[in-house]
Amino acid sequence: MSNPGQEMIGWAREDIARNIALDIPDGSIVNLGIGIPELVAACIPKDREVIFHTENGLLGMGPPPHKGKEDPDLINAGKRYVTTIPGASYFHHADSFAMIRGGHIDICVLGAMQVSQTGDLANWSMGSADATPAVGGAMDLVAGVETIFVATTHCTRDGQPKLVRACTFPLTGVGVVRRIYTDLAVIDVTARSLEVVRLAPGIDFDYVQQRTEAELTMVENPGVEKTA
Amino acid sequence: MINKQCQSPAEAVADIFDGATVLVGGFGAAGSPIELIHALIDQGASDLVVVNNNTGSGHVGLAALIEQGRVARMICSFPRTAGSTVFPDKYQAGEIDLELVPQGTLAERIRAGGAGIPAFYTPTSVGTELAEGKETRIFSGREYVMEHGLTADFALIKCSRADRLGNLVYSKTARNFSPVMAMAAKTTIVQADSIVAVGDIDPEVIVTPGVFVDRVVAVSDAQQESALLAAGVSYP
Repeated sequence: MSNPGQEMIGWAREDIARNIALDIPDGSIVNLGIGIPELVAACIPKDREVIFHTENGLLGMGPPPHKGKEDPDLINAGKRYVTTIPGASYFHHADSFAMIRGGHIDICVLGAMQVSQTGDLANWSMGSADATPAVGGAMDLVAGVETIFVATTHCTRDGQPKLVRACTFPLTGVGVVRRIYTDLAVIDVTARSLEVVRLAPGIDFDYVQQRTEAELTMVENPGVEKTA
Repeated sequence: MINKQCQSPAEAVADIFDGATVLVGGFGAAGSPIELIHALIDQGASDLVVVNNNTGSGHVGLAALIEQGRVARMICSFPRTAGSTVFPDKYQAGEIDLELVPQGTLAERIRAGGAGIPAFYTPTSVGTELAEGKETRIFSGREYVMEHGLTADFALIKCSRADRLGNLVYSKTARNFSPVMAMAAKTTIVQADSIVAVGDIDPEVIVTPGVFVDRVVAVSDAQQESALLAAGVSYP
């Protein structure tokens, strides 16, 4: 939570993860990307049954193992050690991506380098010639999963806006993002605009707009949150 | 009698030729057939086209094969991983080619290749630079990119249990690409933690039926890539 002693610091990473977790309905099948999205699993309310998919072949991923219980054959897409929950299943890569590409995964939470006004996502490459390009499963996820949530800091480390009119980095997908969760606000991608539906404590609309290249609108009644 | 068992990794990979396309199982370290790859390094084939999700880590397994200059081209989705420097360095130096493929498209291209399907359409990568130059088509108002099935001369994969007929079961997420790779290669070579008697594997749990497998070799004390990396091992 924001510290009242300091002004306008917004939500911490864990708060962003909690905001996302609260928008994931009971019964959802969810794929989590690397970074802030990984924190979402621990924030799911205890009264909801949410099943986590990891694209390297596991449905029913559990929390990280206790020290000394790591199994080199049991990892997630970020190649970290994980566990399974009762009811978990293993499958090969083509089946795993059939789940993704066939529309069987309900929600995917991904990080972003840039999101455009129309929901284009760039999150795999800065486009620089001196980097080795790597895409992984990001393009499959945004093409195949109906609801794409983005979890990101509102600006880059050097203060550049990540929510832009048009992405300048290479695209991951066109018009794929549904909702954006940042340290400053929760923002829906609508047919008309990027619409702020919730502001972090102590943050006002103008403060967010000043840090956003894309044009924002404010939802009519921000006190009443829309469900995703 | 059908007996696909080989006596050693060296015997199993002996006929891999220069310029061959080789599918290598594994996702990161999980399921990587380290002993088969090391036998391939010893064997000496070069100018290989290698298909794997990644490019190996440290200086063992796939990273060592690349470091030895045996690989002309990698087809993969994520050529850098924590601890992976060999491929990025060679790529930046212009010493190795890269065909970057989205992970699901890679898996499906291999599956299609193994199933006799020459090409298919997918929405993955539409509107991105990875779709540039590819044929597209509209179905029901949505744009799709045509991708080609992928077949290979050899597959090198790892499983937990096998029998002499080539029936396989895997361990947890070490399964990953191996079942589809077994389908897509002319010659599929398997290292198994153990080889059991025919009939010992319940037909209900066999993941890869023996028809997709050509050779199996028992490697009972397979090395773990993570342990080799922690120990700072380089191969050879």
